[in-house]
Amino acid sequence: MFRFLIGKILYLVPTFLGITIIAFGFVRVLPGDPVLLMAGERGITPERHAELSAQLGFDKPIWAQYLDFLGRLMHGDLGNSLVTKKPVLTEFLALFPATVELGLMAILIATLIGVPVGVLAAIKRGSWFDQISMTGALIGFSMPIFWWGLLLIIFFSGILQWTPVSGRISLLYFFPPVTGFMLIDSLLSGQKGAFVSALSHLILPSVVLATIPLAVIARQTRSAMLEVMGEDYVRTARAKGMPTARVVGVHALRNAMIPVITTIGLQIGVLMAGAILTETIFSWPGIGKWMIDSISRRDYPVVQSGLLLIAALVMVVNLLVDLTYGLINPRIRHK
Amino acid sequence: MKILTRSLIAASALALGAAVPAMAKTFVYCSEASPEGFDPAPYTAGTTFDASAHPVYNRLVEFKKGTTEIEPGLAESWEVSADGLEYTFKLRKGVKWQSNEKFTPTRDFNADDVIFSYDRQGNKDNPWHEYIAGVTYEYYTSMEMPSLIKEIVKVDDNTVKFVLTRPEAPFLADIAMPFASIVSKEYADALDKAGTREDFNNLPIGTGPFKFVAYQKDAVIRFQKNADYWGEAPKIDDLVFAITPDAAVRLQKLKANECQLMPFPAPADVAAIKADPNLKVEEQAGLNVGYLAYNTTQKPFDDVRVRKALNMAMNKQAIIDAVFQGAGQVAKNPIPPTMWSYNDAIQDDPYDPEAAKKLLEEAGVKDLSMKVWAMPVQRPYMPNARRTAELIQEDFAKVGVKVEIVSYEWGEYLKKSMEPGRDGAVILGWTGDNGDPDNFMGVLLSCAAAGEGGANRAFWCNQEFSDLLSKAKQASDVAERTKLYEQAQVIFKDQAPWATLDHSTQYVPMSNKVSGFVQSPLGDFTFDTVDIAE
Amino acid sequence: MTVAPAPEAVVRLSDAAIRRRMLADFWFHFRQNRGAVIGLFVFMLMVLAAVFAPLLAPHDPTQQFRDALLAPPVWQEGGRSGFILGTDAVGRDMLSRLIYGAQYSLFIGVVVVAIALIGGIVIGLLAGFFGGWVDAVIMRVMDVVLAFPSLLLALVLVAVLGPGLTNAMIAIAIVYQPHFARLTRAAVMGEKAREYVTAARMAGAGPLRLMFRTILPNCLAPLIVQATLSFSSAVLDSAALGFLGMGAQPPASEWGTMLAEAREFILRAWWVVTFPGLAILVSVLAINLMGDGLRDALDPKLKRS
Repeated sequence: MFRFLIGKILYLVPTFLGITIIAFGFVRVLPGDPVLLMAGERGITPERHAELSAQLGFDKPIWAQYLDFLGRLMHGDLGNSLVTKKPVLTEFLALFPATVELGLMAILIATLIGVPVGVLAAIKRGSWFDQISMTGALIGFSMPIFWWGLLLIIFFSGILQWTPVSGRISLLYFFPPVTGFMLIDSLLSGQKGAFVSALSHLILPSVVLATIPLAVIARQTRSAMLEVMGEDYVRTARAKGMPTARVVGVHALRNAMIPVITTIGLQIGVLMAGAILTETIFSWPGIGKWMIDSISRRDYPVVQSGLLLIAALVMVVNLLVDLTYGLINPRIRHK
Repeated sequence: MKILTRSLIAASALALGAAVPAMAKTFVYCSEASPEGFDPAPYTAGTTFDASAHPVYNRLVEFKKGTTEIEPGLAESWEVSADGLEYTFKLRKGVKWQSNEKFTPTRDFNADDVIFSYDRQGNKDNPWHEYIAGVTYEYYTSMEMPSLIKEIVKVDDNTVKFVLTRPEAPFLADIAMPFASIVSKEYADALDKAGTREDFNNLPIGTGPFKFVAYQKDAVIRFQKNADYWGEAPKIDDLVFAITPDAAVRLQKLKANECQLMPFPAPADVAAIKADPNLKVEEQAGLNVGYLAYNTTQKPFDDVRVRKALNMAMNKQAIIDAVFQGAGQVAKNPIPPTMWSYNDAIQDDPYDPEAAKKLLEEAGVKDLSMKVWAMPVQRPYMPNARRTAELIQEDFAKVGVKVEIVSYEWGEYLKKSMEPGRDGAVILGWTGDNGDPDNFMGVLLSCAAAGEGGANRAFWCNQEFSDLLSKAKQASDVAERTKLYEQAQVIFKDQAPWATLDHSTQYVPMSNKVSGFVQSPLGDFTFDTVDIAE
Repeated sequence: MTVAPAPEAVVRLSDAAIRRRMLADFWFHFRQNRGAVIGLFVFMLMVLAAVFAPLLAPHDPTQQFRDALLAPPVWQEGGRSGFILGTDAVGRDMLSRLIYGAQYSLFIGVVVVAIALIGGIVIGLLAGFFGGWVDAVIMRVMDVVLAFPSLLLALVLVAVLGPGLTNAMIAIAIVYQPHFARLTRAAVMGEKAREYVTAARMAGAGPLRLMFRTILPNCLAPLIVQATLSFSSAVLDSAALGFLGMGAQPPASEWGTMLAEAREFILRAWWVVTFPGLAILVSVLAINLMGDGLRDALDPKLKRS
């Protein structure tokens, strides 16, 4: 197991280097010039332009800038935002919990609904429940979530006024962030009603973000279950007269969960992409929105370091999924 | 959620009882973007100033509420020498600096603070010049302070003298701008000692009506009433900015009473807001202009008849209707009507495609095809340049002029549109910084601005016009300046380097319970006079 | 298609006959799936709408009716008979724009899938066939691309190339291409050792012939399934890019771009927001339904996922 882990990690090193090149390279070939954006409609004299470029280090050759970037990276320095002048890492850490909270909630919703629906649909294959839920799953899978989010806002926040429109918690509550996760912080604050408020703010965005993963998980669970239930040992167990619930619970479900867990793990990339749209629509103060804004502002350090952090994160999660998979399914390890 | 909100209010009154006095009046403003930081000097965005310069800080002189006139701020009074080169400010006494957990001031505001506030921006050797890597002072530079201010002299603790290199009529207006906010030298020294200089930008200390409490990035900013404020104390206890970039979401929040006032509604929603019994809308002409700048050095646009003809071919009212949803007015002058010296006697070119065709024929122009540049971003003066360009395209087609719409990334757009020999006419605009006419005409239309690094995108250099501007800039008498600027506008209209498109209307929707909000012609949002009914 | 045609079968039946047989087989399975047939039907409608847009659309999609800005759909109060689904902010007919929008979506889907498929196949074949360091380098590069969330990478790519339809398509194709490359590579690895390949190699087939004529046809099933999936994702992602202002540029009647333009009217004019989104949903759903049917019909083994 240890060798498996080391091997996996060594394997990631060249990938990570590739990621730094892409993150840095793409950002530097972006057309546009942050100095010009800072000047705006007023314009800027060539002298001042040169002065500012030099101050920001943009006058050096690209490769030298890349080496600088790598060098600082080794020391954990991701640079400063051109817009706010603050360290990129500080900004990332301030916004990251919001995205994680949203993402975890979405995965939770997707799993808690998706797995039982998939199992039930598989057991009652061909029933109206199967048909309806799988049709629903396919619709969810085909959903343009940016539009879906707008519709939900109009309906639940606009017409019914059941959920708050945006934000993470009612502004009436004020407590210093401890973990950055609003649900936890609201509990820690001990303020009455704070948790409910945080939850009510979280629900709509996480439902929107959960839509596609939910559909994927439900479909995946159903087909994994169907496959397992078709296998000999399950059929044998059934033939021996074991109750269906027991067959499903003990044998089928456990084996079907292997591909399902992988699927859930692989949703992280999907979630990140979805977070960009969801956060934009709900004005959610997270990483996705931050990246979009920074791209349009040509905030080079934020875009390149943000890309890097996100990619590294996806890699780590994929590694964890691999490891889990290895734990559940020993055959993989020795391959 | 309605019911829930109400119970939440009750619950929070209990919960916050310890921290905030009971019955604290909280006012929530749904701001449209995050502040870049809380030190006003390094930044240029209005949003940043709304969250820093206006609530937390003061300036030597201030804009009188709702106007662009100058009134005393931290300076009680001032004298200008006869040659217009020396400004001597008498500073207000007993002005207290705010405090926070890490800093408690030991002294009141004085001349050292004034000198520090300017010196750190202009003097590269000042240790606070680049107190965070990458900090620059763009407003200070672009308002030409480095070449204008010769020196600042501390006469005594409560008197400072600014010595200028040339007489400059707009100087007082310039230093009423946010970048000239007065910061605390003592606070800077304390942070130096503690080794946490970046806090100067994160935890601001000022003399203004509100104290900064906390900022949660991209989400919430909290301020508290400054009990020691030297001016009239604010009527609300807590001021909260709920950062909400999307206009539709802002409006939803306002309707749900999650906030009480919002900036920049989508023009399309204004009618509905007006109809809502719980809301009201205040409106004011914005201090801005949107324009289409011809390249007056390019054939055939060097011919004034061609420019005039195109101006007549353009249905500007249609642009106001379709792009602004009526939230604006057709522009005829390069400065907005709320600005002093606006020449209302000028007649706009009429919308007359027939006359336009004739004039084009007269100029010998046939089968003209041209480019129209549409900016890729939204600005208050131009919410949708693409749509505007499409409308212009249709209009010009009717007089036989083919239009190709081009666009670039915003930075590129700004750069390429200033390159000499640029092909085509450019949609752009301007929002005033300080309400001085020179801040429009001088920046955008003078000969000096037509070169590299300027902003004269018509490349229009009319000596007579430019001379009038420089005369007006040196004169100190407002009546005299008004006359000069009015003449300049006549020349402008006659020569038509631009098609003046619009002045947008600024709408501020708010809850019915809000009173005392004063709209600023400069587009600032300030809340020290705001009150809210229970 | 379930079993690779064994060499002796080739002797008995002509190629054309096999193909006809396979097609009939395929259609038989496909028809079993009601959803797939519905999907196919809707998709055909979409193709027809796109092809005959000039005939079907009541108006020119860019023509501005200045006297009918934001006119509601015909059944609503204030609706006008000329504009069945209403008009947008500059008075363009929504129905006509939606019909023309089908052209964009189909075009985007076809182009993206074509680029990603061809690129992926070539790269995957190279990696799978040659193995060794070629394989290692190619797969590392694919890993790098896959480490970024697709939409984020596409966004950065479009920002690099400049916003616009063409660049959006290129960006999405680049982001999708590793999936095809991986699938091809895996299939090639699997097929390489099979007897028929060895037989062909013995018969003196060159590497190119081996790759494209011998191995590739036998890896097609998973690729076709992935292609349909990518087709619908491409429509979704390009709409998302358009929505974020980085895709097709106005006045193009691409559905995502229409949505982005309409967003400011969300509270005032529901029709400009609702219809383009619905169009995206229905078309993507139709393609996915078809994809499901396709997958089931092509290879029962692939029923997973």
